[in-house]
Amino acid sequence: MINIQKYVRAESLEQAWTLNQSRTNRILGGMLWLRLGSGNVNTAIDLSGLGLDYIEETEEEFSIGAMAKLRDIEKHEGLNSYTDNAVENAVKDIVGVQFRNMATVGGSIWGRFGFSDVLTVFLALDSYVELYKRGIVPLSEFVNMKRDNDILVRLIVKKTPCDIVYKSMRNQRTDFPVIACAVSRINGKLCASIGARPGKAMLVKDEKGTDSPKDFAEYVAENVPTGSNSRAGAEYRTHLIKVLTERCALELGGK
Amino acid sequence: MEIKVKLNGKMLTASVEADTVLLDFLRKNGCFSVKRGCDTSNCGLCTVLMDGRPILSCSELAVRADGHEIYTLEGLKEEAEEFVGFIADQGADQCGFCNPGFVMNTIALLRENSNPTDDEIRAFLAGNLCRCSGYEGQLRGIRAFLDSRNN
Repeated sequence: MINIQKYVRAESLEQAWTLNQSRTNRILGGMLWLRLGSGNVNTAIDLSGLGLDYIEETEEEFSIGAMAKLRDIEKHEGLNSYTDNAVENAVKDIVGVQFRNMATVGGSIWGRFGFSDVLTVFLALDSYVELYKRGIVPLSEFVNMKRDNDILVRLIVKKTPCDIVYKSMRNQRTDFPVIACAVSRINGKLCASIGARPGKAMLVKDEKGTDSPKDFAEYVAENVPTGSNSRAGAEYRTHLIKVLTERCALELGGK
Repeated sequence: MEIKVKLNGKMLTASVEADTVLLDFLRKNGCFSVKRGCDTSNCGLCTVLMDGRPILSCSELAVRADGHEIYTLEGLKEEAEEFVGFIADQGADQCGFCNPGFVMNTIALLRENSNPTDDEIRAFLAGNLCRCSGYEGQLRGIRAFLDSRNN
């Protein structure tokens, strides 16, 4: 358990950002992962008073505040209508309802965790993050950025015409995924986002112009490095990438 | 730090440390139905309702409850009484340690979805672990309650 010396409910993003420049201070998301760590936090910075727990939908985009909960995106009709329930499918097996009522979208995206279903599904969409100082950055760029002391304010999902299917393989329901896979077709072009490799999610676009779901799945598997951990070996993960990518692509093909 | 919480319908003002978790705060204030299980946000034993939503009190800072309404099983006995007898009739509560968390999350389920299917019950209660029963007893108990009420 971490030790926290002081707690501040931030009254502005500027105050939170200023506090966050000290290496001994930490931003609180849902606190579910942070609390499993050890060490001392001088000041815990809580963003929950800044009204960032929203999901707004306009004609052009969804704007999801950093403090919106995973349960909120799971139940959001507009977001799930746009993604054909891919967002719900991505988060519905994350531990339990109680956990998803606490875990935040901002914490999940900011952490760029290897096991993240959340990062995997949004990476396959036309998504961006808004960082307090740096501004709006494509999620595909953010995922590879070096960690710094900026603050993730919101996630933006553009309503670019898109089809998407999400599937994951778990050893047991509610466990971390062994492989997470989202396949989308944006502006007619296929791409696959593969997470839990076990590294953080990465995006593979169909640059080759494959001509069947099976070819696309082979292409993705060739281009996604995998590793081994206590949940699965690298070879098994590569096999799963082929299986899940092909299944997702086949489902997309039917639309 | 001083916090003000509406706990089981009554306003409570208390002083807590910055890293006191809600679970410890609640037990210190007499809510012994709230159990410490895995302590890693996985088992659901410590489930309470914050502003009506089920959360894991082992993973929430007490200071974050400031200004919010918390309910534990101590404050929802009447609502729980409607269905816990059906669960007991199925022999689902063996050691009983997980029961308060199960009951709290079942209350949340039935408030959100008054007539869930078996799959919806399984999905909603997936975050409540029981090492004794295999879950079938709880499912049968909730189903028996729903069938009894619907008939």
